[in-house]
Amino acid sequence: MLSYLAKRLAGFVPLLLGISFVSFLVMAMAPGTPVDLMTDLNPKASPEARERLEKYYGLDQPLYVQYGLWLGRIVRGDLGTSFSRDRRPVLDKIAEALPITLFLNVLDLTLILGLAIPIGIYSASHQYSFADRATTVFVFVGFAMPSFWVALLAMMLLGEQLGWLPISGLRSLDYDSMSLLGQAWDRVRHLILPVGIAALTGLAGLSRYMRSSMLEVLRQDYIQTARAKGLSERAVVYRHALRNALLPVVTILGLSIPGLIGGSVIAETIFAIPGMGRLFYTSVLMRDYPVVMGITLIGAVLTLFGNLLADLMYVAVDPRLRKR
Amino acid sequence: MRSGSGLAAVALALATCAAASSLVLLNGCGDAGRGRQAEPAQRAASESSPKAHEAEATPAYGDAIVFGTIGDGSTLIPMLASDSSSHEYAGYLFDGLLEYDKTLSHLEPRLAQSWEVSPDGLKITFHLRRDVHWTDGQPFTARDVQFAFDTIRDPKTMTAYAEDYKQVQSFELLGDHDFSVTYEKPFAPALASWNSLMVLPRHLLEGKDINETDFSQHPVGLGSHVFESWERNTRFTLRANPDYYRGRAHVEQVVYRVIPDESTQFLELKSGGLDMMGLTPLQFRRQTSSAAFDRDFRKYRYVSNSYTYMGYNLDNPLFQDVRVRRAFTYAINKQEIVDVVLFGLGQATEGPYRPGTAWLNKNLKPYGFDPAKARALLAEAGWRDSDGDGILDKDGKPFSFKILTNQGNDQRLKTATVIQKRLRDIGIDVAVRVVEWSAFINDFIDKRRFDVIVLGWSLSLDPDQYDIWHSSKTGYKQFNFVGFKNAEVDELLEKGRRTFDEAERRRIYDRLQEILVDEQPYTFLYVPDSLPIVASRFHGIEEAPAGISWNFPQWYVPKASQKYSITP
Repeated sequence: MLSYLAKRLAGFVPLLLGISFVSFLVMAMAPGTPVDLMTDLNPKASPEARERLEKYYGLDQPLYVQYGLWLGRIVRGDLGTSFSRDRRPVLDKIAEALPITLFLNVLDLTLILGLAIPIGIYSASHQYSFADRATTVFVFVGFAMPSFWVALLAMMLLGEQLGWLPISGLRSLDYDSMSLLGQAWDRVRHLILPVGIAALTGLAGLSRYMRSSMLEVLRQDYIQTARAKGLSERAVVYRHALRNALLPVVTILGLSIPGLIGGSVIAETIFAIPGMGRLFYTSVLMRDYPVVMGITLIGAVLTLFGNLLADLMYVAVDPRLRKR
Repeated sequence: MRSGSGLAAVALALATCAAASSLVLLNGCGDAGRGRQAEPAQRAASESSPKAHEAEATPAYGDAIVFGTIGDGSTLIPMLASDSSSHEYAGYLFDGLLEYDKTLSHLEPRLAQSWEVSPDGLKITFHLRRDVHWTDGQPFTARDVQFAFDTIRDPKTMTAYAEDYKQVQSFELLGDHDFSVTYEKPFAPALASWNSLMVLPRHLLEGKDINETDFSQHPVGLGSHVFESWERNTRFTLRANPDYYRGRAHVEQVVYRVIPDESTQFLELKSGGLDMMGLTPLQFRRQTSSAAFDRDFRKYRYVSNSYTYMGYNLDNPLFQDVRVRRAFTYAINKQEIVDVVLFGLGQATEGPYRPGTAWLNKNLKPYGFDPAKARALLAEAGWRDSDGDGILDKDGKPFSFKILTNQGNDQRLKTATVIQKRLRDIGIDVAVRVVEWSAFINDFIDKRRFDVIVLGWSLSLDPDQYDIWHSSKTGYKQFNFVGFKNAEVDELLEKGRRTFDEAERRRIYDRLQEILVDEQPYTFLYVPDSLPIVASRFHGIEEAPAGISWNFPQWYVPKASQKYSITP
């Protein structure tokens, strides 16, 4: 087991090197540099000013030198400083956005799991019933509607017309003057729309997955046996079938770990949430190389660990895999 | 927000708004204004009648105003900023020495109470106010100006705005509140450049690395407002400066909320989460006319400070014949474009000066929409439909080319599409291509790989347009990218910058416009209107050619209608 772990971890090093190098290359090949965006079509910016800026950012060096310098810093645990004029450490910027995105995503995921698994189980155990069909239609409608559109409609109805919920942001303007309870309630109110919409549009995948995996299990011989033993349908479904049906869902959970730090650009833009999606998107647009590379690297590391974790969880829930 | 003040208005003047920040670009910066920057006005008639609204209210202090911004700023040191939000934020904290008045025709005192230009135009002497203090209590002196001047010229300072100040030969300190600058050659835009140089507190910044200092995040200023707090990508807050030398601002708090999506901004406005924003023509015409809107908001409409044009690559043999360029201008119905693209909220234009300002030559003869004349001119230039396929040709080659414009600006794309149809009507085969901004600039504009472009310029308050039309400015990354070369224009541009006399300058730039209209290196298309909307509890708003924001410190909310309990 330990040697397996060590082997997997050792394999990460060349993988990460490759990922970071390709990302670096792709970014450098994209037209426009951070300096261009500061000086393009600005008649007051002279060629000398451009050159100075390029030198300041180290963009006058050959690409392999730039990559080498970046790698050197990473090895020492330094993600560098943003190219944006605030010149703040990349780590600070990520540290601001990450908790917000992480919190929202964990909330989304919890809500989705909390709804999708029961829906899946119920649909499977009552296959072709009216409730099965109804939930199927519901989750597919949620899945098929573009989330930004649903979000705007919900904002119009609940935010503007009825005035029940705030439209965007994470806190009200007068947050600081609220009581502790008021502050908590204010935060909850701000979360309802973004989390609710994400859950609604994300429900379909997982609940259908759960349903089909459950159906699969319910067709197995040992379920037949359990029923033949005279167990109640309840015991059959929840004690015998569910554990096995959850296996594929665990894989999905593992794979969704890296997704937890990647915010949705669209949702964050519409709800004016300063999360990772927007940070990454604006950094790409501004050609803020250090921030882009920082986020890419963290994303890559998390993806690799997420995969590893999924594999380990497999072993944990499936005794058959432990023997090998 | 602030009228013509600051680098935002002048240093970025002439730059396309897209260049100011790619965030702005993404959201289609052709929708000029958006309530983000001061916009000049001509058409003083606002839609609802503010006069009646002003009648009974008494000025009061207190309350807050909430603005929406598409992107957050990055630094509060104006000379380092390269995005429009940063310039806008910093505009509250710092002042220039002088500023254009609300009619945009004269410079009036700010930190300098008076100034003299020597008769030969080489030396400008400034006399500063003696009653100005930084908000930490230190007096403001000529050394602070000198410090800002030295800093912006320092090669180690990562600024894109040093050019105007490099023309200065010497800076001479004459006392605590007096100094003079000497130029090598007379330089008419010089005076206005002292509007854009925002002073910096020497006592806090001397000996520090300006590029890395924390001052850019926690500044001390002397402007109408004081920095209060800054939550990244969420909120930027300012308080009125109680000791502002031009009188304390009435609205106590200014809040910028970062809301990147324009639909969200509009919903926030409707539900009271924002107090002001710039409307799109569609919103102005169709979505803000209900009784509720009339009660809660007032809309304003005035000429913006940018124009959209169609530029020809003059190195391309297709467009070297002036008859072809004139034919195109005749074939395009500019009013139709204004009606379709801007819902009529703009005006057709003939030249590169802001309608309604003194610099616009009022005797320019519009081409008008005349497809018959366009066909005749093309025939004269040798273009005929000899193979009967509906497309004009010459020497066996059909007249066919591409119009290029940048992605993210819906108005430009629509404009190009209308033009495509009108040119097809006279037998020209046109394709429209949209390219992402960076690629558009680097791969097409800089390398001159385009036939025709649809693009825009912001207009500066000084009439000097040397960088755009002079034949020496056709190099890599320079701004005469259409390759316009005209000896008389060169001479006029050189003379215009060396002359301080206004009447003489007017003659020079009048002639420049005549030549441009005659030569048509661009087909000048339209100037859109700025369309801000403001919550009706704000009083004291006065529309002027400079827009509505020029007297922002005088805006107020009567005690009874104050919404936020923020008092001085």
